[in-house]
Formats: sequence, structure tokens, C-alpha cells
Amino acid sequence: MSTVKLTVNGKAVAVEVEDRTLLVQLLREHLNLTGTHVGCDTSQCGACVVHMDGRAVKSCTMLAGQADGASITTIEGIAKGDELHPMQAAFRDNHGLQCGYCTPGMIMSAIDIVHRHGGQLDEATVRAELEGNICRCTGYHNIVKAVLDAAGRMKVSQAAE
Amino acid sequence: MYQTTYHRASSVDEAASLFGKSSEAKFLAGGQTLLPVMKQRLASPSDVIDLGKIKELQGVELSGDTLTIKAATIYYDIMTNADVKKAIPAIAHLTSVLGDPAVRHRGTIGGSIANNDPAADFPAALLALGATVKTNKRSIAADDFFKGLFTTALEDGEIITAVSFPVPAKAGYEKMRHPASRFALTGVFVAQTKSGEVRVAATGASQNGVMRVPAIEAALKANWSPSAIDGVTISANGLLADIHGSAEYRANLVKVMAQRAVKAAG
Repeated sequence: MSTVKLTVNGKAVAVEVEDRTLLVQLLREHLNLTGTHVGCDTSQCGACVVHMDGRAVKSCTMLAGQADGASITTIEGIAKGDELHPMQAAFRDNHGLQCGYCTPGMIMSAIDIVHRHGGQLDEATVRAELEGNICRCTGYHNIVKAVLDAAGRMKVSQAAE
Repeated sequence: MYQTTYHRASSVDEAASLFGKSSEAKFLAGGQTLLPVMKQRLASPSDVIDLGKIKELQGVELSGDTLTIKAATIYYDIMTNADVKKAIPAIAHLTSVLGDPAVRHRGTIGGSIANNDPAADFPAALLALGATVKTNKRSIAADDFFKGLFTTALEDGEIITAVSFPVPAKAGYEKMRHPASRFALTGVFVAQTKSGEVRVAATGASQNGVMRVPAIEAALKANWSPSAIDGVTISANGLLADIHGSAEYRANLVKVMAQRAVKAAG
């Protein structure tokens, strides 16, 4: 057992876990943040994507200990109170989900994509960048539309800040 | 995940000393291969020693005609590094088609070559560019480093600290990506050194892991162009065959990927 200290959605936490605990288990089972999903558990599907120090990572493929000292943002940490993050709002408005299982990982990956590419996003780039996230319902069409829509909204909201 | 004990090392010396005190330890960098392999119980180390936060293992340096990438530098930092893009853009390209964005945020060059998966991308770059692997004990030429499937010249407890690449005159890498795993079904790295030597390495092809391709090297030495490879025949003997592609298919891929890589190299 060891104590892992990290910041999750802006809040400092210290969690006593077994060394073999994965980051996704720490989030879901110890902190009850069950918005982050486990799909394949083999680092292919992307349902478990969270941000660590601002970068998208697969939380099923990290030990909790590797995140010691890091700042983690999960799907629960991106809305401002009742106001959805622009990416969440765009997924809702563009019907970018059906069953919703992949959605938390899609949204966290999509925010990371917009951060890395800024205003330079086009459809081909979004499709290529989403390769680490698998959706078995939508055929990706509305997800891609949502990401492009959100990229515009995020630029506007950044400019406003 | 199965039982193991996690250690975070703050220096290479500390990591080596932790290794010596453990019964069956493994070094962990990004963990993008080791952790999935542990989940499958293909590896069950008593201890994992995390190298990911060691400062002396981070970063890229360009000094004269040598590009040095420290072992725990993540793929994303390699593909976006200005010195890499300037000195050996083929390495930036290779890194950008490796894994997916989240994997590139964790995986490291040292982890890739230490594991020496027969379909990993970086071993081809090291072999074609004639790189040197630096460890905490010695320097090993790429020609002597890769020893077959998942096997390297590394001794027990030896830690890769960096890889030094001589900056080539021209280099290119192209691969046929496996659409699910994103590993190379077959990938070929071509390089022309500043002294005019041609080196070509293929990954995902041979049953013995990454390999040089002398027939293509000779053809490109005579004429550096994709069409120079038209007449080359690659034998399917000893090549990998699986559900995704026969040995004959991979033999042809070696040729086609080499042609595309030469075109990309210019």
C-alpha cells in the first residue's frame, strides 16, 4: 500500500491504494468518479481518457503511483457549475452520442485535440486524431461535427476571457 | 492488475540500485507496453521501477551532426521538437504515426527499443540511421543492440539513458499501419548518410525482428529513387505470417514501403 497524492478536478486528494491500482480504479473506485469508463482495458478504445497535467492519457494504462503529484481532470471536472463545457454542449447539440459509453473519453480526447490544434482543425484532422477512441454506435459522423463545432465555440469563449 | 510493488526512482543510479534489491524487477517508463503485458500476465514482475520522472532521462539535444534523444522522452515531445523536425524530420514523422494521441503522451523511445517488439517503429529508425544506444554502463551500436524478438543486448538491470542519431543526408519512414493496434504491419526506414552510405531497415517483416535489407540498400546506393527498387525481389523466407498478412504479402510490403519512404525522403 502507498499513499498517492494528486489533484483531481482542482481538489487536492491523498488516497491510500495498493501499488497495482490503476489510475482509472483510483478515480472510479476510491474517489467515486465513475464518469471515466473502462471499455477495453487494453488501451485501444479510449473510454478511460482523462487529462494529466493538461494532456490526454489512457487512465487504464497507468498505475495510480505514476500519477503521484500530477493534476488530473476528468469528465466531472470540465463544466462550470450548471454550464456545460463547450465540448459537452456541442456533443449534445450535434447528437454526438447514442449509448454514451464512449462519450466521456471522446470529450476528453476532443478537448485535448482542440488545445493542440487550436483553430487549425478540419474534418480529416479530427478523424485522424480520434483514432484512439472507439465508438460502436454513431459511425463517428456526429462526433466529428461536434468536435468541429466545439472548436469554434472554444475559440470564441477563449477570446471572451 | 496483478500484485506488484511500485517504486519511483529519482535518478538512474537509484533505479539501478532498486533493481539490484528486487527479486524480479522490471523498469517502467511510459508503461504503454509493460502495463498491458502485465494485465495479460505475460510479465509478472515482483517490482516495477518507474523511470518516467527522472530528469536526466528527459529531453532532446542537437549538437553538430548528432541528434540525441534521452530515453524517457515521450513520443509527443519528440514529434513536436524543433530540433528533431529540423535535423531528422523522418523521426518526427515516425513518431506521429506511432500509437494514438493518448499513447504518444505516455510512451517513450527507451521503452520502445528496450521491448524490441518485432513490429515496433523505433527499432527501424535506429538500425537504418546507425544510431548508438547509450546505457548507464556503455554505448551499444544499433547493429549490435537488436538481438531478435523482444530481445536486446541489454544486460539484467542495465538502463537505456539516450539514443544518439547521426544526422543523415536524407531519410524517410513509411509503414502499413495495422488499423487496430497501430503497430507496423510492415514499416521501412531508409537513410542516406552524409558520407553516401545507404542503410535500410524493415520492421514488422522478419521473424527475427527488425532487419537490414541489403538488396534494397544496394539498389538505392546505385540510384536513390523509388524506381530503383522496382526490380528488387524480397524473399518471403523467414518473414512473419499471421492472420493479417502472409509472408509473401509482407515481402512485397517491404518493397512498397521502401519505395514510399524514398519518395518521402526526397
